Amino acid sequence: MNAPTHASTAFEHSPPHEPVAGESLLEVRDLKKHFPVVEGVVFQRAVGQVKAVDGVSFSIRKGETLGLVGESGCGKTTTGRCVLQLERPTSGEIVFDGVNLEELPDQELIAWRRKIQVIFQDPYSSLNPRMKIGTMLDEPMRIHGIESNPSRRRRRIAELLEICGLPEKFADRYPHEMSGGQRQRVGIARALSLNPEFIVCDEAVSALDVSIQAQVINLLEDLRHEFDLTYLFIAHDLSVVHHLCNRVAVMYLGKIVELADSKELFGNPMHPYTKALLSAVPIPDPVVEAKRAHQTLKGEVPSPMNPPPGCVFHPRCQLAVEGCSRSEPELRELRPGHWVACTQVS
Amino acid sequence: MSKLLEVQDLHTRFHTTEGVVRAVDGISYDVSEGETVAIVGESGCGKSVGAMSILRLIPKPPGEIVEGSRILFAGEDLLSMDDDRIRHIRGGQISMVFQEPMTSLNPVLTIGLQLTETMMLHLGLDQAAADRRAIELLEMVGIGEAERRLRQYPHHFSGGMRQRVMIALALSCRPRLIIADEPTTALDVTIQAQILELMRTLTHQMGVALIIITHNLGVVARYAERVIVMYAGKIVETGTAEQIYHRPRHPYTIGLLKSVPRMDMARGKRLQPIEGQPPDLTRLGEGCPYRPRCAWAEDRCERSTPALENVGEGQIAACFNHRALADKESLAV
Ligand SMILES: Nc1ncnc2c1ncn2[C@@H]1O[C@H](COP(=O)(O)OP(=O)(O)OP(=O)(O)O)[C@@H](O)[C@H]1O
Ligand SMILES: Nc1ncnc2c1ncn2[C@@H]1O[C@H](COP(=O)(O)OP(=O)(O)OP(=O)(O)O)[C@@H](O)[C@H]1O
Ligand SMILES: [Mg+2]
Ligand SMILES: [Mg+2]
Repeated sequence: MNAPTHASTAFEHSPPHEPVAGESLLEVRDLKKHFPVVEGVVFQRAVGQVKAVDGVSFSIRKGETLGLVGESGCGKTTTGRCVLQLERPTSGEIVFDGVNLEELPDQELIAWRRKIQVIFQDPYSSLNPRMKIGTMLDEPMRIHGIESNPSRRRRRIAELLEICGLPEKFADRYPHEMSGGQRQRVGIARALSLNPEFIVCDEAVSALDVSIQAQVINLLEDLRHEFDLTYLFIAHDLSVVHHLCNRVAVMYLGKIVELADSKELFGNPMHPYTKALLSAVPIPDPVVEAKRAHQTLKGEVPSPMNPPPGCVFHPRCQLAVEGCSRSEPELRELRPGHWVACTQVS
Repeated sequence: MSKLLEVQDLHTRFHTTEGVVRAVDGISYDVSEGETVAIVGESGCGKSVGAMSILRLIPKPPGEIVEGSRILFAGEDLLSMDDDRIRHIRGGQISMVFQEPMTSLNPVLTIGLQLTETMMLHLGLDQAAADRRAIELLEMVGIGEAERRLRQYPHHFSGGMRQRVMIALALSCRPRLIIADEPTTALDVTIQAQILELMRTLTHQMGVALIIITHNLGVVARYAERVIVMYAGKIVETGTAEQIYHRPRHPYTIGLLKSVPRMDMARGKRLQPIEGQPPDLTRLGEGCPYRPRCAWAEDRCERSTPALENVGEGQIAACFNHRALADKESLAV
């Protein structure tokens, strides 16, 4: 066993639920989502499990933006989908506004669903190709009883499109008649149409060009202030996360390896994976870029089906010592609000 | 270096009920062997349509590549060759990585089948050789356990993994030109770095040319030799990465650079997006299309459209005021 050096033992086993003061809107406790891996076309049999999310805990205060970052395939989207109740967790709890969503009867869940909306990663596959944008925005508002008067709904659609920087006449277009970024903004308009309290943004701005991205980021911030919205912001673009998020959780292979206040995480990253991640971010300046040292991660991304024993990052870690392959490091609060799952840093 | 691709006065339009969308409105550029050219510009400005026009992937109707446009690939006009020939070039000598991977991967075929099929077709490999190469390719793009992965379907892969499959597909037939439309937006930075390094190795060692369409100005800064800035279907500025970042000569380029969040800057500051909307491509009249959003706009910008002109050392910009902009040293920062 590697004894934690600095953290007091009191912190050792308590996941970072309340690192900051304030009322928490969403709490995720020890969330696990394992997918069976099946093979064969006629006779399907399970040959193993993908531990897409493997014991993730975090909380988000009302009005806060929590960033969720990490390598492709580490389980960010799956975490988001569990929060959205689009995926049934293997185990763990998701508590929204004090209510455990797993325990809600289906009927009540529908009403709760309205409060939690999503802006997806891939705008094309999340928009119905045979539906005009106007209809797509109209239907959920009608179903959820946001506005019963059709002409007022139409006005609201025009307003939503405008908020998202799209001309009103796009209501008559089909998804394939738009550019990627335009479709992405339809996704945002759709999420906003139901007056949500919480939005899971899964790569919500990554398909946007920088000038519109800046508009949308400002828009997301304005909406947050105006409607007291809370976001789980999943993104690859760390510059955007740096700008937008109050706190950031870094995931690796189904687990959170570091969680801290944004300023602290970017200014003082502690986990070796976080350090590698930050050094890989390209800076938009060719002169600065040419001078920067880039630390590319060695080795393969391990399979979530056969995760390495002990610390999941150890095969690629520069700090790894023998013990790292034996026991799994706990998240420890090394500085106030700064949680790290690594035995080699202090 | 010899020119591999020459795009000459390309116009691509869509005929819709709202009118004619001038998605690409007369662009010309060329790409040399082994060169990496980045195309940047606002959403909807015609980057993807311009790239898809090269391979004649524009649906017709409603799309139309206007008579008089020419696209030469190794001297051969792609726009006038017969369908068989263009199909042979597509996926063979020129390959494309699309913006949205789910639309170009077949959901009901295994990844392995999709990879090996094209290689058997274009490279004449037998099944065993194609399988071997498929495994190699997946490993190259950082997908572990390649053998098992080949038997899986696209929906078993995360967004970023699908994108890497697309990249593996694009590399599979040893192309001379790769057109990559937002190849790394769905990828996290470490894989992004790995993929782009891989592409850089290919371009440098094997002389493969790369057109990369991206919103990520950091990626452009690190990888592109030349940058093309588009606005409303037109090229408004081109130059080396350094020219574009350190002495932009078009107000749109300046606005673009100012709106990027940067990790090496203090957080919490409000971003400065370019105010206003991109123009309606069905109603492009006379005058500079950027004028309504431009801080330097004058009367003449309304009367006539500025042509691209040389602003020094191979840098080209389409702005009447490029000299005045040149004097304002601090603009880009
Ligand atoms: N329905 C499914 N069946 C089997 N495996 C799945 C399924 N959905 C996701 N996975 C696997 O779970 C893991 C996590 O996927 P997820 O989509 O959550 O990753 P991600 O962090 O969002 O990645 P990206 O950044 O590439 O979008 C991946 O290994 C993926 O292959
Ligand atoms: N089938 C179509 N019918 C009508 N208009 C279209 C069609 N396809 C594209 N357009 C229009 O052509 C313009 C250029 O689209 P394109 O996809 O090239 O944009 P882009 O620069 O790639 O944008 P993004 O960065 O958002 O992907 C857009 O304004 C779009 O609305
Ligand atoms: Mg994802
Ligand atoms: Mg595009």
